[in-house]
Amino acid sequence: MSEPTPTDKYYIPASSHWPILCCIALLTFFVGIGRWLHDLPSGPWVWLCGIALLVVVLFGWFGNVISENLSGAYNEQVGRSFRSGMKLLILSEVVFFAGFFGGYFFIRLWGIPMLGGEVHPITSVMLWPDFSAEWPLLTNPDNDRFLGATNLGSPWGVPLANTLLLLTSSVTLTYAHRAMAAGHSGTLKAGLFITILLGATFLGLQAHEYIDDYERNNLTLNAGIYGSVFYLLTGFHGFHVLVGVVMISTMLGRALKGHFSRPGDHFALEGVAWYWHFVDVVWLLLFLFVYWL
Amino acid sequence: MANGATVGEVQRSVPGRFIAFIVRWTTATNHKDIGTLYLCTALLNLFIGGTLALCIRAELFVPGLQFVEPNFFNTLTTMHGLVMLFGFIMPVAVGFANWLIPMMIGAPDMALPRLNNMSFWLLPTATILLISTLFMDGGAPNFGWTMYAPLSTTYGPPSTDYMIFAVHMLGISSIMGSINIITTIATMRAPGMTWMKLPVFVWTWLVTAFLLIGIMPVLAGAVTMMLFDRNFGTAFFDAAGGGDPLLFQHIFWFFGHPEVYVLALPAFGIVSQIIPTFSRKPLFGYRTMVMATVLIGFLSYIVWAHHMFTSGMPYGAQLYFMLATMLIAVPTGMKVFNWITTMFRGSISFETPMLFAIAFVFMFTFAGCTGVMLAVAPADFQYHDSYFVVAHFHYVLVNGLTFAFLGGAYYWYPKFWGRMYSERLGRWHFWLSAVSVNVLFFPQHFLGLAGMPRRIPDYALQFVDFNFISSLGAFVFGFSQLIFVYNLITSRRRGEPASDRVWEGAQGLEWTLSSPPPHHSFQTPPKVD
Repeated sequence: MSEPTPTDKYYIPASSHWPILCCIALLTFFVGIGRWLHDLPSGPWVWLCGIALLVVVLFGWFGNVISENLSGAYNEQVGRSFRSGMKLLILSEVVFFAGFFGGYFFIRLWGIPMLGGEVHPITSVMLWPDFSAEWPLLTNPDNDRFLGATNLGSPWGVPLANTLLLLTSSVTLTYAHRAMAAGHSGTLKAGLFITILLGATFLGLQAHEYIDDYERNNLTLNAGIYGSVFYLLTGFHGFHVLVGVVMISTMLGRALKGHFSRPGDHFALEGVAWYWHFVDVVWLLLFLFVYWL
Repeated sequence: MANGATVGEVQRSVPGRFIAFIVRWTTATNHKDIGTLYLCTALLNLFIGGTLALCIRAELFVPGLQFVEPNFFNTLTTMHGLVMLFGFIMPVAVGFANWLIPMMIGAPDMALPRLNNMSFWLLPTATILLISTLFMDGGAPNFGWTMYAPLSTTYGPPSTDYMIFAVHMLGISSIMGSINIITTIATMRAPGMTWMKLPVFVWTWLVTAFLLIGIMPVLAGAVTMMLFDRNFGTAFFDAAGGGDPLLFQHIFWFFGHPEVYVLALPAFGIVSQIIPTFSRKPLFGYRTMVMATVLIGFLSYIVWAHHMFTSGMPYGAQLYFMLATMLIAVPTGMKVFNWITTMFRGSISFETPMLFAIAFVFMFTFAGCTGVMLAVAPADFQYHDSYFVVAHFHYVLVNGLTFAFLGGAYYWYPKFWGRMYSERLGRWHFWLSAVSVNVLFFPQHFLGLAGMPRRIPDYALQFVDFNFISSLGAFVFGFSQLIFVYNLITSRRRGEPASDRVWEGAQGLEWTLSSPPPHHSFQTPPKVD
């Protein structure tokens, strides 16, 4: 299965079995969740198999790309393609969050006032005469089915600390990136390490806050629309932070192996930095519109 | 790669050859291999979706319940919609993009070939998951392809969760495919291939890919919220918890309307390549064509709520969405004008691709006119959820876009395989299709205007005649497509060898390559001036 030898102009990779394995991993992953949701005992195991295969694929596929890069197979055009691809991936993530934010503002600025009878007063009188529109919504129209939260934490405690953590981590990551460009491998490793610590602390605090909300404030997924949008937005953001931490840890592992001191176009670190800044910006919007205002 | 496979074939046993075959196609990274995979999968899904459609038309042949229960009828309409949309018409467009974009811009392959493989293989994986819901306990999703809450949340069958995951995978596939296409166009153009020299097909796909990146994540978000409402007790679409079912409709149509142009723009691109070739004239108004494409892409983002006129929106919003929707007629009209003007005083010949392209222009314009009728908010209160809507969007998708893609298939077939298709069979296919598709969908306008609602297995007696005619057309149209498949398969071996240029009037880089083109189209970039 030998490909024609690539010309000096274009780099064309050979056939690869990683993409198809990735598809199988995703299918296993989703079927596992589906079976789990439907209370079939095999669910979690199928799901775990999917995760395991996904991990293998990620190691294999990225390992393949890294070794191609280190062997000097890539040219300037490949670098531009990777950059363009990463920018567009981040654009799609922006749209993903924009959809959720759109839903959030629709509910807050239109859906809830509508329910409170602002446009057609008759509906609320007929269905839920006692309902009054407010935000954050603590008393739901049907508060027996959806028991609202009793209390909400202040934005100036853990959320503010988290904001400062993420902002600092963006600075340290930029610092690490600059260090790589300048060839200071010690500073690079230190910068990456501090960024990981900050990211992990963020995740720990966020988990702590979730537990607190569940146990003391009854702010649950079942607490009506406020709990729904709160956990949707912060949960997906937290997941992105987790992915970012894994990505930066990979970069640290590669830095320890000395990858970045070798010649080559080290786009990986740059792409990870873009991603991290994006996650940071999403958090700022969350802090502003969900926690504070 | 091709050499390696042929050398090995002589000695290998049958299972060995089978394994080699599987490995070759599952690990393919070549843009032509992946394009072929996309096109074959799309064709297969066309027949799966078509079979579902024929079941629907068989049930509606005469009034009363003959073959299926009402609930299964609902699963038929749902699965027909989802399979045709995500399994046929989107992949067929991506298949042409894979084959053609590298050749048209003078590149050896797509920019990210391994990602390309993954975007393809997610498609059959997800389609299998989607179709498997038909065989699950409680039946397949039965709430229409629009998946409106609370039909899909509170009342959806258990298999809905798997449908949600299938939509997630299809979304990932589309996003990756779009990233690849934009990146290819941005970084792999041959020297001298400036933006305003790109063939219109490439331009339409560039805009399409941006549309996909702007909508597929939103759809993923919508079905994720649906998943949470179904399984984790959230209240996004439940007013009892402060949510709003209308939120689903808004998010869904924010995806759904640009989706129409995701399907339409590549078809516009194909027609813009075919018409100049057989008119033996360059495309009239290239710049306005590009501008209209970008404008349509932009406008498609801001008109979504015209699907929701009867949902109780305030009058101001209805007025805005009505007027914004009508604006789309302007760039679309520019396109139609340009196609017709390209043909004007050209030396036209009517080979099969040209027949399909002309039929496209005619029937798509007709579909656009019924679209303007539907955009009129007060009138839409009458048409809403009636067979008029069904007739309108099938005129867009079948009489319009499918004809464009069939035309494209005939147009590039000799280039892709190096053999001419049978012109005689092609004409039979065209004329049978063109007549039967109008017999199929034209009467549905009258049914809708007379008040027949969509998505019902039975109807009142005044609708008998037109339903009968429509079903007749459906079966003729469905079976005519077998001529197409027969033509594709037999011409592959028996067709006349095709020349490199194939068509006398063909312009563009893909026609400078041999027929069939080399495995990696342009090993060294061609010079474009």
